[in-house]
Parts: sequence; C-alpha cells; structure tokens
Amino acid sequence: MTVQDRIKETIANNRIVLFMKGTPHFPQCGFSGRAVQILQACDAEFAAVDVLADMEIREGVKQFSSWPTVPQLYIDGEFIGGSDIVMEMYQSGELQQKLAGRPAA
Amino acid sequence: MVNPNDIKLWIEQGLERAQVDIEGDGQHFSAVIVCPDFSGKSRIQQHQMVYQALGERMKSQIHALSMRTLTPDQWAKEQGEDPE
Repeated sequence: MTVQDRIKETIANNRIVLFMKGTPHFPQCGFSGRAVQILQACDAEFAAVDVLADMEIREGVKQFSSWPTVPQLYIDGEFIGGSDIVMEMYQSGELQQKLAGRPAA
Repeated sequence: MVNPNDIKLWIEQGLERAQVDIEGDGQHFSAVIVCPDFSGKSRIQQHQMVYQALGERMKSQIHALSMRTLTPDQWAKEQGEDPE
C-alpha cells in the first residue's frame, strides 16, 4: 500500500483524524498541542496520528492535502485545516458544528 | 536566521497587492495578511496561496508560521470602519 493509500484509509476509517507532532498526551509542538486542546474542549473523540513516528506519513500528508505543515485536521474525510483555521472555526462555532456532523449554518 | 521582514517581502512578492503585518523571533512568526485575491476563496485556499508564495522556504527556513488571512473588506470591518 502506498503512503497516500494509507492516509486515505486512516481518514476513511476514522470520522475525526488529527495528524500531529507527538501524541495528545505529549504534543511535541505548540501548534499540535493547541489543536488537541481545542478538540478536547469540544469533547471530540478523535484519532491522532503522530507524524514524528512515521517519516513517510510526515511527508505524505503534506502532499495529500497540498498543505506544507502539521497539524492537519480531517472531519468526515474532508481536510479542515491547520491550527490557525481550527482555532478560527472554534471561535466562530463552525468547528463544533462540523464535529457534531451538522452542516455549517 | 529569517527575520520577519524577509517573510513579509516574500509574501508580498508572491501575492499581488497583499499587505502583510508580521512579527516573530526568527523561529515562530505570526502574520496578518490582507489581499484582494482572497475574496471568494475558502480559508484553506487562502492559506494555500500564502504557502505557495513562500514555496520551498516554508520547508527549509520557516519553522512555524501562524497566520490570519483577510480580504480588504473583512479587514476594514475589523478596524471598525464603515465602508460607506
């Protein structure tokens, strides 16, 4: 399986996926830590993928979404954004709606 | 070490009529980018446009860049200016 297929499979098998540096308990980067905190504040259950543990995924996920940085959040197979966008959407309430599976008003 | 003004220049060179307000310590940068070409684009697309302007530098020289992207209209509203 190619790395792109592995990423696709992860996103298909988990409703909410966060590609991050480190783990939710021990984030290795402030941006990843912030994304985890926001998801936890929303009581979201999510799958976390530590890109530092897998160099292929680390590079592959950047190509997958044409996005050069990590963290990256996916909900229902859709790329939502990096930590800045996740924060903006959290503040506006859009993120909570997406997490709840409701289309944005 | 990259200084905030370098990044400002790179973004402004890559994005037509962009205005960039940026601060940073050489490792972490925080930028507000206002550009007419952002209108009609999603936030993801707006950030991708900035990343494209920075190109390879994003991988090699810039460790962490936090950004907010706004159209001139959104920017004016935030400043409390009435467009009329």
